[in-house]
Amino acid sequence: MTLQVRLVVPEGEIWAGAADRLVAKTLDGEIGILSSHTPVLGILAAGSVVRILPQEPTAGGGWLQAAVGSGFLSVAADRVSILARDAVLGSHVDRAAVRAELEVAMGEADGQATRADYLRAQLRAAGEEA
Amino acid sequence: MGAQLRAVRRRIATVKSTAKITKAQELIASSRIIKAQQRARAAEPYAREITAAVEAVVSRSSNVNHPLTTEPENPTRAAVLILTSDRGFCGGYNAQVLREAQALTAALAGRGVEVMPFVSGRKGIGWHRFRDKPMAGEWAGYSDTPRHHNASEIASALLDAFRRPAHEGGVDELHIVYTEFVSMLTQRPVIHRLLPLQIVEATERAPGPIPVYDFEPSPERVLDELLPWYIESRIFQALLDAAAAEIAARRRAMKSATDNANELLEKLTRDANKARQAEITQEISEIVGGANALADAGRS
Repeated sequence: MTLQVRLVVPEGEIWAGAADRLVAKTLDGEIGILSSHTPVLGILAAGSVVRILPQEPTAGGGWLQAAVGSGFLSVAADRVSILARDAVLGSHVDRAAVRAELEVAMGEADGQATRADYLRAQLRAAGEEA
Repeated sequence: MGAQLRAVRRRIATVKSTAKITKAQELIASSRIIKAQQRARAAEPYAREITAAVEAVVSRSSNVNHPLTTEPENPTRAAVLILTSDRGFCGGYNAQVLREAQALTAALAGRGVEVMPFVSGRKGIGWHRFRDKPMAGEWAGYSDTPRHHNASEIASALLDAFRRPAHEGGVDELHIVYTEFVSMLTQRPVIHRLLPLQIVEATERAPGPIPVYDFEPSPERVLDELLPWYIESRIFQALLDAAAAEIAARRRAMKSATDNANELLEKLTRDANKARQAEITQEISEIVGGANALADAGRS
């Protein structure tokens, strides 16, 4: 048995496919999902990274990483849905642009914290330290 | 050239250029409609998942006690969100939706509920301004390609109004009036009540009972976060549906305008030919008359 994973945002589907494993971070902490996991509905930590181990090997090999702005994780009967307002795959992150935007967001100290978290998550998903 | 002929030819030129414009609008709408439908379809998975999630929480705790789901004892004020288009040239699209909104307003007023209109789209805003009807909120500039942040803005304004107590300008109910895309030929204005929440059963869902979920951190927190998202998603869906309906209405209106113009052109061309022929006949009879007169003068 494998997991059917869907990563969706309001304007479309970011990724969908079969996966062996998935690791996400909810408000209660890290949660790893394997097949036959008990049904869960959780709030994802803002600006976190969701890691998916797809069944089909990816180009880069191994884990697929996605940055999630804010969202929900729902698991039921081996179907995993990640609902996010913003999400981007690590391989699609334009690091230079994100870093520039992060500088700006850090400058405006107040009100931009969640945005900065999301930007940092994007860098992490792209495989950088942030 | 006679005066009548000139007048008819000028009309032909006008109608021709109108037909060109409406034909162009029709073609633009035809190409955009596919895009709009794709956008609406792309948004479906998210809407479906969020509805499933809301169902999961609500079904788990049968006595959900959340401000967004409690029916008020006696509602005094209601917000009505009306989705109209930014541009005209779309037949009865806006008129229909505004008529529906007026009917709803009258029905609510009959129950003793005061209505606060929130309007999206320049046409609806103009309609309200012209009639000096105050609006509680207005948004415009995106009606044919709505983005999710447009829906977020609208949703946050409406939820704000809903959470405020009635004596501070809050509302007890929230309705949405928009045009549903049924098919390329049919678009239908519809009214939905968004708040207090009525969970709409998803049309497609996995068979079998809804699984018993664990909630992280707690059912209350999840519901707190989820419901505003759900409202937002419903509004976004309505915006996308309305956009597709608007473009389909525009395509149809422009197609019939082009057809009418072409019909008119045929008739005008016939009139022009008749006028030209009449002119020629008149000239011939003048020449013949003149020649006869000269001949008569020479004989006597």
